[in-house]
Amino acid sequence: MDQEKVIICKNLTKRFGDFTAVNEISFDITKGEIFGFLGANGAGKTTAMRILCGLSFPTSGEATVAGYDVYKQQEQIKKNIGYMSQKFSLYENLTILENIEFFGGVYGLERKEIKRRTEKLIDTLGLQKEAKKMVGELPLGWKQKLAFSVAIFHQPKIVFLDEPTGGVDPVTRRQFWDMIYEAAASGITIFVTTHYMDEAEYCNRISVMVDGKVEALDSPRNLKEKHQVTTMDEVFYLLARGAKRSDN
Amino acid sequence: MKQLLVFIKKEFYHVFRDRRTLLIMFGLPIVQIILFGFALSSEVKNIHLVIADYSKDVKSQKLINKIMTSEYLLVEQVNLNYQEIEQEFKRGEVKGALIIPVNFSSDLLHSGKSQIQVITDGSDPNISKTITNYLTAIIVDFQQQEALSDQVPALLSIQPEVRMLFNEEGNGSLNFIPGVMALILMIICTALTSVSVVKEKEMGTMEVLLVSPFKPVFVLIAKAIPYLLLSLANFTLILLLAVFVLDVEVRGSLLLLYLESTLFIITCLSLGLLISNVTNSQQTALLISLMGMMLPTLIFTGFIMPLENMPKIFQVISNFIPSRWYYLAVKSVMLKGLGFSYVWKETLVLTGMTVGLLSIALKKFKVRL
Ligand SMILES: Nc1ncnc2c1ncn2[C@@H]1O[C@H](COP(=O)(O)OP(=O)(O)O)[C@@H](O)[C@H]1O
Ligand SMILES: [Mg+2]
Repeated sequence: MDQEKVIICKNLTKRFGDFTAVNEISFDITKGEIFGFLGANGAGKTTAMRILCGLSFPTSGEATVAGYDVYKQQEQIKKNIGYMSQKFSLYENLTILENIEFFGGVYGLERKEIKRRTEKLIDTLGLQKEAKKMVGELPLGWKQKLAFSVAIFHQPKIVFLDEPTGGVDPVTRRQFWDMIYEAAASGITIFVTTHYMDEAEYCNRISVMVDGKVEALDSPRNLKEKHQVTTMDEVFYLLARGAKRSDN
Repeated sequence: MKQLLVFIKKEFYHVFRDRRTLLIMFGLPIVQIILFGFALSSEVKNIHLVIADYSKDVKSQKLINKIMTSEYLLVEQVNLNYQEIEQEFKRGEVKGALIIPVNFSSDLLHSGKSQIQVITDGSDPNISKTITNYLTAIIVDFQQQEALSDQVPALLSIQPEVRMLFNEEGNGSLNFIPGVMALILMIICTALTSVSVVKEKEMGTMEVLLVSPFKPVFVLIAKAIPYLLLSLANFTLILLLAVFVLDVEVRGSLLLLYLESTLFIITCLSLGLLISNVTNSQQTALLISLMGMMLPTLIFTGFIMPLENMPKIFQVISNFIPSRWYYLAVKSVMLKGLGFSYVWKETLVLTGMTVGLLSIALKKFKVRL
């Protein structure tokens, strides 16, 4: 059962009025995989991710997440996933401990269990001294690492990360990816969006989204071979140069 | 249930760490009550008073002289007729009038009973009350002196007949208290609740909450409960200030007062939740709450200007303002000491409004983005 599919997506489409934000995208994601969801700003990454998280309904197409249907079983999906939004989403005026306690509680974890896991987490992050500090006082890199830890605190099957490393320095980004690897090794499937091409190299497989469509889907290595280039940057450029949508 | 408690705990952290909110929440009632307390107790000097003396004899002159020596009352003109008095009132400078009828002295002499009329400008209930009190005190004093010096009947009784012009119902100054209660509960519940929900949207935490298995409706409940408790604490504070600083007496049932207040708080919370569901920025939420809710509360409850003196259309509109009904209920229970049978209508209207607002709020709450 190593090849268990945890996300299946078939012709998934989302329209806002006449605007098609996500256009018939299809892919399967295997358990324990690190799946990179690439695309320029406005490509439709967040929109697609929100559907998979049960935050919005698709206009058409099919998708299951952790075996549950995105139309009918959003409640079950929510129990099995973790989510780190594009915006920083911990409470700045709560301490690290309070944030962890709160989100652990919201996911219905037992008090004792929260305590046990918190101690372990604080240890691994080396945040003993900061544990009682307000999250707002932490540097951005730390905040992001903490947000990730909180997103997988309840040990979900899949974690969705929306541009988790935006604005973070390269060293911290590297550390962040170490954490992602660790989570993947423990069996959590990682669905991560990014527009840093060096990060794409860290993924098992990636999809490149252009104007709402998935234009490529393979391992970084195969993609580079196929387009006969040496970096993901170049692959991305070749695929995305025809894009009409962009922020500017 | 456990999840809900965790959430409520978090809300309390937010409230207690936000100094500005705390200051608004507990500073506002204190400031309002204290300010009003000063306005009440600071003695008003040199109140303009006119006297019409139809009796024109030694006794009435004695009374007038006595009044003239008062340092608080500035007696302006003596011997005006009724029309002239009314004119004086309309010009606004004169705040009170004393009319001594023709048979004042003879009545006093023969039957030991006599009537005089005190008219005050009821649009200024505060001063109105002060004048009445001063005049009554002076008259009582006068009575005693007369009773001592004269050999005539020992039990003299002069009855001041008080009339408040422009505010016949006697909307007294104490009405300020239910007004402040309505206003402050409105501000706290509506503005703070709506801001706190919208804040989660703005910060992006709402999204994370919606992705969690936490029931979305619970988000609203969890937001509402801390503010309900805080509002009740606040209400208690206002009540204590009113009783101990302003010497207001709670005439009716305290339980009923709390029940009516809880109902009104829930009405306001529903309104706050509704506002937060249709706005996306804290500023907008605050603006709607303050402008859209506070202003009507000030205007339409009738605690600043009596509703009866307003244009018909305003009176009609006032029926749709929740605080108006709460104001009436508190006035009846707290100041008049009436029981539930007198406020069932207000209670019913508030309940209806709450159910309506809450169901719209729940319907408008976007569970999905
Ligand atoms: N609720 C919405 N209504 C209308 N258009 C939207 C909405 N959400 C996103 N869009 C549009 O869909 C497109 C894709 O957005 P998004 O998924 O956020 O892109 P990405 O995350 O890849 O940067 C953008 O052009 C955006 O303006
Ligand atoms: Mg995005």
